[in-house]
Amino acid sequence: MTGRQPGLSRAPAGAGTGLAALAYLAVLAGGAFLGLAVVAAGDLEGALGAVDPYMLRVARFTLWQAALSTLLSVIPALFVARAFFRHPRFPGRRFAIRLFALPLAIPALVAALGVLALYGRAGIAAPALAWLSGDSWSGIFGLSGILLAHVFFNLPLATRLFLEALDAVPDDRWRLASQLSMGARPTFRIVEWPALRAATPGIAALVFMLCATSFTVVLTLGGGPRATTMEVAIYQALRFDFDPARAVALTALQVTLTALIVVAIARLGAPFAQETNITISPRRYLAPGWLETLLNAVTLSAAIAFVAGPIAATVIAGLSADLARLAGDPAVHRAVATSLVLSFLSGLVALALSFALVRSRQRLEAARQGGAPGLVERLSDNGASLILVVPAVVIGAGWFILLHYFVNVFAVAPVMVVAVNAAMALPFAMRALRPAHDAAAARHDRLAASLAVTGFARLRLIDWPALRGPALTAFAFAMALSLGDLGVIALFGSDSVQTLPYLLLARLGSYRTADAAGLALILATMCLTLIFAAERMKGKAG
Amino acid sequence: MSGQSVALREVVFRYEEMVMRFDLEVLDGEIVAVTGPSGSGKSTLLNLIAGFEMPETGRVFIAGQDVTGLPPGKRPVSMVFQENNLFGHLDLAANVGLGRSPSLRLSEDDRIDVARALERVGLGGKDRRKPGELSGGERQRAALARVLVRDRPVLLLDEPFASLGPALRSDMLDLLRDLHDEAGMTVLMVTHNPGDARVFSDRTVFLENGAVIAFAPTGEIFGKDAHPAVRRYLGSGD
Repeated sequence: MTGRQPGLSRAPAGAGTGLAALAYLAVLAGGAFLGLAVVAAGDLEGALGAVDPYMLRVARFTLWQAALSTLLSVIPALFVARAFFRHPRFPGRRFAIRLFALPLAIPALVAALGVLALYGRAGIAAPALAWLSGDSWSGIFGLSGILLAHVFFNLPLATRLFLEALDAVPDDRWRLASQLSMGARPTFRIVEWPALRAATPGIAALVFMLCATSFTVVLTLGGGPRATTMEVAIYQALRFDFDPARAVALTALQVTLTALIVVAIARLGAPFAQETNITISPRRYLAPGWLETLLNAVTLSAAIAFVAGPIAATVIAGLSADLARLAGDPAVHRAVATSLVLSFLSGLVALALSFALVRSRQRLEAARQGGAPGLVERLSDNGASLILVVPAVVIGAGWFILLHYFVNVFAVAPVMVVAVNAAMALPFAMRALRPAHDAAAARHDRLAASLAVTGFARLRLIDWPALRGPALTAFAFAMALSLGDLGVIALFGSDSVQTLPYLLLARLGSYRTADAAGLALILATMCLTLIFAAERMKGKAG
Repeated sequence: MSGQSVALREVVFRYEEMVMRFDLEVLDGEIVAVTGPSGSGKSTLLNLIAGFEMPETGRVFIAGQDVTGLPPGKRPVSMVFQENNLFGHLDLAANVGLGRSPSLRLSEDDRIDVARALERVGLGGKDRRKPGELSGGERQRAALARVLVRDRPVLLLDEPFASLGPALRSDMLDLLRDLHDEAGMTVLMVTHNPGDARVFSDRTVFLENGAVIAFAPTGEIFGKDAHPAVRRYLGSGD
């Protein structure tokens, strides 16, 4: 036996569909840029003239709030992760780690409302905060609100990533540390800190990127021109002023900024589509002293309270809304139905695209018999992640400008929502699908080829049974992402096409806060149901 | 169906640094053992015939027809691997049925043939079992049942019994021998075991570093006038 698994060294059949998927992404990004380029070419002076002190102030604020959010998320996360790590067994630990996965699963709009329901002027914590400050509590609009919401999202994310970095330290180091009876300090300095320090730049860059391109949080919590980011400014330029030249200038600035950040992330080797894998019952040889235990207990309690707070506030505020009336509201029915249909389609498109890309990558790798991967293979591998460079609002803005020459842009809302959301979900869907697909391919490819099981028969008899679990996971993730998204629908939405997040934003805009809270609870429940379903299906592969 | 001849003409195959050259002909209905050290190209030889690997230059012929451009499923060839011969999520009847129809559209006659083939290899009544519920030997028997319903004139075996114990592999060789007596297909079997080659094959091809060192009746290959490379391989010294 030669050691190598013989591949199928003939023309790879999956590459065609992979090219089609890549073409889809290229059209999506290309169309957006075409729209922007047409305006820029037609009105270059206008575009250049749009760069005014206000725009530069927006750019500065975008970076400033992202930098602050990153600091406030990453530094506490170091301590929280370490506290989790030093105490591998305490009642509620498993629950707390699951709780820390929640903020990423809830739509940004819901989380922003949760922060508002807790810390807002009429929030649940307002009396306590007023008493603490010895004055009346004026709420958390503007920078403070944005920071709170961003930390709510990213502190748990950074904690989980740091915990993963600590988990990756080889077992022998811990054995050695305990054999040399290292105390907490030397253990930290010699074992823990090197692992954390190596992970910090990548995690910080990722958080920075997420905050710099944050749209929904800033739209809901940002207060007027003093607290606006680039993405929100693009949206305002199109929706309120309809000033394409201005939107183009803003978009160019935004894409340049994100591209620079992405290059930095790539340099730092950060995980692009975050998904952590934390061991739940680790085996370690730690003996924290009583003082450290006390400090860690305080750290963890504070962190858990901080993360649980807005979630609890969402539930409380949602339940105190008139849910019965909302349930009978035809506008809500329409929005729920629209959201379900659009996100379902978006999930299907994302699944088909990721299957095509995953398969084409694996086929090309099997066919090339060693050597360096070609361009199509590399694009199949990373092309989907590149789409993250261009935020949904930017893609939406480009198409909005391009399409307004030809059609009523509000009529194409469904198509745009499905198309853009599917592309945005690709990195996550591919991560869910690829390991199972590649493992199944290694087992089945030769056998299926020798029996001439190809095409649809292969999909039905071989691929679907083996990949059903991961495929449903990928689909549910993509659908949940689309369900909660506000980016594209904020641009294209109208009275005739309303998704649930769009309706929620409209209710919020007309100061029907109780309605908004009720809708937020409904939306969060729908998204979390999907995510939990996805998690369950992940366990049942094959 | 009886056997068909297999020929490789000036075939060159390259994988990274390694260059392999094959030029040989196997007669119809013949049983040939393929042996040689690890990495000598035994599996590659079979993969070239099955169509899993494409030669850089040269042609592959089966029954005088040039099959070099045909995909694996279109060649008149069945292949049994060392493992992963069955789809884990399909039951035995479906796994064997795939040999008759790649989309599993089976007529009543097909189903009878499948049941009969399972019976023939000693797996009667286990139609509904999943591969995971079977022993390693039973899984390979199921693969042979599929070879039966597929009924192709060339059978390639890539160390199919390497993970079985001595008694089991001897049973399997007997079964193969019987199947060959009935169907008369041409057989190429990769094996590390000279004993298997002796009891089973008419001729043996010995490979080293991607080239045919010797191709002769099995008795001669391992006999007292064996090639030095074969003696090195056997460890019999000189």
